Amino acid sequence: MTAVPGEVHALLGENGSGKSTLMRILHGELRPDAGTVSLGGRSYAPHTPREALQAGVALVHQELALCADLTVAENIWLGDEPRSGARLDRRRMREGARAALAPLGEADLDPDTPIRQLAPARCQLVEVARALRANARVILFDEPTSSLGAIEVERLFAVIDRLRADGRTVIYITHFLDEVGRLADRVTVLRDGESVAEFAGRGQDADVLASAMAGRPVSEVYVRTTRMPGEVALRLDQVVGARRPKSVSLEVHYGEVVGLAGLDGAGRTETLRLLFGLDALRGGEIAVRGEVGARAPRFRWRQAVGLVSEDRKGEGLALTMSLAENVALPSLHHGERGPRGWNRRGNAAMARLSIRAAGPGQAVGALSGGNQQKVALARLMDPACRVWLLDEPTRGIDVNSKAEIYRLIDAAAQDGAAVVVAGSYLPELLGICDRIAVLRRGTTVAMLDARTATETEILRWSASS
Amino acid sequence: MKGATRLLGLLAVWIGLSVLFALLLPNFATLRNFETIIRQTMIVGLAGIGLTFVIIAGEIDLSVGSAVALVTVVIAWALREGWNPLLAAGLGILTGAAAGFVNGFLTERFRVSSFIATLCTLLVFRGLAKGLANEQKIDAPMTWLAGLTASLPPERRWLLLPTGAWLMLALAGVAAWVLYATVAGRHVVAVGSNEATARMCGIDPRRVRMGVFTVSGILMGLAGLMQFSRLTVGDPTVAVGLELSVIAAVVVGGASLRGGQGSIAGSLIGALIMTTIASGFSQLGWRNWQQEIITGAIILGAVAWDRARAGRP
Repeated sequence: MTAVPGEVHALLGENGSGKSTLMRILHGELRPDAGTVSLGGRSYAPHTPREALQAGVALVHQELALCADLTVAENIWLGDEPRSGARLDRRRMREGARAALAPLGEADLDPDTPIRQLAPARCQLVEVARALRANARVILFDEPTSSLGAIEVERLFAVIDRLRADGRTVIYITHFLDEVGRLADRVTVLRDGESVAEFAGRGQDADVLASAMAGRPVSEVYVRTTRMPGEVALRLDQVVGARRPKSVSLEVHYGEVVGLAGLDGAGRTETLRLLFGLDALRGGEIAVRGEVGARAPRFRWRQAVGLVSEDRKGEGLALTMSLAENVALPSLHHGERGPRGWNRRGNAAMARLSIRAAGPGQAVGALSGGNQQKVALARLMDPACRVWLLDEPTRGIDVNSKAEIYRLIDAAAQDGAAVVVAGSYLPELLGICDRIAVLRRGTTVAMLDARTATETEILRWSASS
Repeated sequence: MKGATRLLGLLAVWIGLSVLFALLLPNFATLRNFETIIRQTMIVGLAGIGLTFVIIAGEIDLSVGSAVALVTVVIAWALREGWNPLLAAGLGILTGAAAGFVNGFLTERFRVSSFIATLCTLLVFRGLAKGLANEQKIDAPMTWLAGLTASLPPERRWLLLPTGAWLMLALAGVAAWVLYATVAGRHVVAVGSNEATARMCGIDPRRVRMGVFTVSGILMGLAGLMQFSRLTVGDPTVAVGLELSVIAAVVVGGASLRGGQGSIAGSLIGALIMTTIASGFSQLGWRNWQQEIITGAIILGAVAWDRARAGRP
């Protein structure tokens, strides 16, 4: 792709298409394995974000990347502080900060305010000011609107318009189709780590963009036999969480697989966490297997409801503990007890899920991603759960392990379990689910039949506003 | 498997040290000296069993020394008031349990780190001990409690070790079993290994931590009992800085301050190594300041070696 001065160039792609990786290469956080980047006609290969900034490339992060305990001025100058002798030149810092903030409509923001006291939208503007202060010619925005409200988004767009008028190059990562139509001069579409198409931005038809993003037929690895849904296992009625979800309504029956689709930040994970008692319920009603109301995880496991976390290393597994212990952790009281009993259960799980490990006593941290995921899944099968809540069950694992997990999910549904799969990879959801609920910014906006729905349709529901 | 090799390694270190001192000192390799070393290990060892639980759960307790002093004062007070020695000892252990419970309660109630909570109780318990004792030692009548840690009289040499040492070894066995083979023990390891996972698996980390601190409190009570037995008075100024020796013993024994790892046997051997070093060097006539420098270097070396072997940062 190429981007020219005075242009807003959007990078559009689904989750996992490689947008953020590309940004991190441009920002000097990662090195490319192959290929070249040139900046202003010269070869550009920054080794650190600092080198990138010195070359005139700055990144405005998706999430807050400022030091909350430092002031606005300190953050704007961080790593490049002006000095007078041995001392910080506070006066110059303040003046520089004011000069950078003024064109962003933030002339009244006191440079001595600690970042902690600012709302996220203003923090983002401080990041932009940091780029302006360093006189960056290329400014990268990584999904900047995902945590902003509508008015703040408008303000940010006005700032970006001004940067363009200033002759700077703006590269803007997003998966919101309407933002592309509103903001971008040109758009490059990424899919599976490759640039597949380039379009004119403004006024571009959302359907054209969506099908370019999705692009390919559903693969053969997915398993979906004919299923007979039974009674209602889960019911969510206008469920509200702390930040997400905002209003989710959903019914899931025994013997079916229901997908939760939506962009990052739409509230897929939060909905599952709330169902499982890991996050607080702030409104609406939950009924799980006839029990109304929020319940703690311990209670859910006793109800034969199990969860697989999207964050395998951070939350899913206790990496220093053994395979057997990880499998048995929610149900140490159940069945065979004591180290021998747990080991036998670990052995059984290894056989049932064909987990490759030295033995049930091996630390889970030493296993491959796919085998780790099977360990997390094994918890739901010993004793057998009747409700499976799966968050990104195949993230970061090899194809064979994926196929095995699809088979296990299908077998569970055949066996009469209710399965909810939250996922960002649409072909997968379309391939294994019976129905797909689409979330947008914390709200269920559509319930689609997975056998007839298309990626384009889901994207349109989840990405339009 | 890995744990066993680590324990054997620790044991080898201890034996190596003992052989080294035995070569340098004619009186080192005697049964009598061995008994003395074990007697000196009792207090750190008992407190170390408790603290191993705390550290495996990913927490820390800095109030051990103060709690031990408080327990000695309470026992001495009870004896002076004419309590039966058994009841006095029981009251002391109960005091320790209460102190541990308070540590856990403060950590959970005010959502502060256990470092902060127990830093505060370090002061509070010490202050309580001094207040209760009127800032003096409390003299107590001689009872059989002194015999818990005393060197064995000739007619009972066949016991090999004083009752207190046997008690420590028995409790270590029980504690190791609890940690390794019971649901509660595995919950402790799970919370220290990955709290989010534990929570997701239906374990309540707050309850686990409260339990761990209370159990550790009971062992602090027993350590206090041994301390009293050694002194035969209630001394509110005793055991200052004891917590650091105990932490050192537990860490040398293979526990990680990040939680999730550690073993009772390791902590006990760790305590034994520390006492042996202290005993050996003082018999060699080294000055206190020299011993302190050497001890610091040995702890650092042991932990660095362990981490390097485990291949972790």
